[in-house]
Amino acid sequence: MSATIALQHGSLERYETPSTREPQWIKVLLIGIALTFFTVFLLFPLVAVFVEAFRKGWGTYLAALSSHDALAAIRLTLLTAAIAVPLNLFFGISAAWAIAKFEFPGKRLLITLIDLPFSVSPVISGLIYVLLFGAQGWFGEWFAAHDIKILFAVPGIVLATIFVTFPFVARELIPLMEAQGSEEEEAAVVLGASGWQVFWHTTLPNIKWGLLYGVILCNARAMGEFGAVSVVSGHIRGMTNTMPLHVEILYNEYNYAAAFAVASLLALLAIVTLGLKTLVERQSHKQKTESLALENAS
Amino acid sequence: MAIRKRFSPLPGFGLSLGYTIFYLALIVLIPLSAVGAKTIGMGWEAFWAAVSNPRVVASYELSFGASLLAAAVNVVFGLIFAWVLVRYRFPGKGLVDALVDLPFALPTAVAGIALATIYAENGPIGSLLKPYGIEVAYNPNGVLLALIFIGLPFVVRTVQPVLADLEKEVEEAAAGLGASRWQTFVKVILPHVLPALLTGFAMAFARAVGEYGSVIFIAGNVPMVSEITPLMIITKLEQYDYAGATAVASVMLIFSFILLLIINGLQGWMQNRYSKGA
Repeated sequence: MSATIALQHGSLERYETPSTREPQWIKVLLIGIALTFFTVFLLFPLVAVFVEAFRKGWGTYLAALSSHDALAAIRLTLLTAAIAVPLNLFFGISAAWAIAKFEFPGKRLLITLIDLPFSVSPVISGLIYVLLFGAQGWFGEWFAAHDIKILFAVPGIVLATIFVTFPFVARELIPLMEAQGSEEEEAAVVLGASGWQVFWHTTLPNIKWGLLYGVILCNARAMGEFGAVSVVSGHIRGMTNTMPLHVEILYNEYNYAAAFAVASLLALLAIVTLGLKTLVERQSHKQKTESLALENAS
Repeated sequence: MAIRKRFSPLPGFGLSLGYTIFYLALIVLIPLSAVGAKTIGMGWEAFWAAVSNPRVVASYELSFGASLLAAAVNVVFGLIFAWVLVRYRFPGKGLVDALVDLPFALPTAVAGIALATIYAENGPIGSLLKPYGIEVAYNPNGVLLALIFIGLPFVVRTVQPVLADLEKEVEEAAAGLGASRWQTFVKVILPHVLPALLTGFAMAFARAVGEYGSVIFIAGNVPMVSEITPLMIITKLEQYDYAGATAVASVMLIFSFILLLIINGLQGWMQNRYSKGA
């Protein structure tokens, strides 16, 4: 199962002609329903985050963000994403290359397995690392004997984050590279290009927008993950709290202004993510139309 | 075609496939198998005691019931959203289209505290509903609300491209043959989008069952009343009942895998259906 939306290439609009038009009142009603639902369910929560964050003014807002614990949480979140995203990016490219460019038995099964983390509850994604690295876990004793802390420490948080963001890039690249085929790469090899040159000069330009799209979504989830990280973190303030966990702690202490101040940074991240996503979709659509136009011209 | 690909001149097959399988095993398969091993190791009686505990059973009822209901609500509103976005022009459309994905992009904890604040009885919407005796936050209604929020984009984004691909001529032909607009919708458009609707429903349902962050802040988490199953796993972990937590997790995992198979089947159906028409 894909929990992400695939990058759309075609136009997603299709307007009616006279014979396929609804009565005006139905049109107005449907738009009204959609806009009401949109306002109540999507716009309101987003606006509420910023309203609550600034309720006590700029001073409180800035103080909440510059507190020692908040800064530590921001640093940990950035560090986690900086490790998890490149690893999953590398994996995504590798998996997409093997799956899209070659035929081998068990391919569909492999794709399903890559999707697995999306269908596992975040809480279970955390639990599995407790089972592995906890005191009674498979590897718990060995790591304890060597004085390496995985659980309730940064490595556990990074591992859980890698798990929940595992499929994002691969999921985006596999269908894209399958659709593009491998004629161009084969031509490049015949002309004497090395494997690395083929990838860098032929494949990468074709998949760059899909790649970027996957990275953006992967990063948003990596920075925002809550359930899985909550299980493995141990909630040690200033040490193992990521931004979402810090939000939870502040909220549960009834420190709403500070909770929403940190939450507003995460909401900003969501807005930037959606903006970039729209931009990438537009670029990818443009690239697709241009290459179609080129094909038709030749 | 298959033969040409098998003798592909491209380099890197062994390396890329080898690394893919290695990383998959290391990050996903080995850790997940720990759940299976722990469950088998605990014995049937302990397993059954953990998964049939009344408090846990109440959490299944809430989690699965609210998730089904939320996914059904999402099918209706998701179809309306997709329809409106594909077929009509209206002010603010670009914003609506971009923000439909907000539940994917907004961290769940942020969504959770925002929803709880808005729908609490002193919040902007909660205070409007209170005079009518409707309480949303801190009871099962809150769970439903959060799950509707989290599931909406799944339906919209699976139905939207399918609706956009539907050939205008088909609808024109139906109208030309004397079908009313409603008949065309029920007999032509709805069957066309049905696989996409079902896929969106299953995805929203699967996501809702496992959802944690956006739910716990608004649920109130009252035992036997508004505790979701993922919370039961957390509760057991906090009591150092690792075996109990694993048992409940394995029930959820089996359910998720069955749903994953169903969704894969539905997606295969969609692919067949829509590539033939094109």
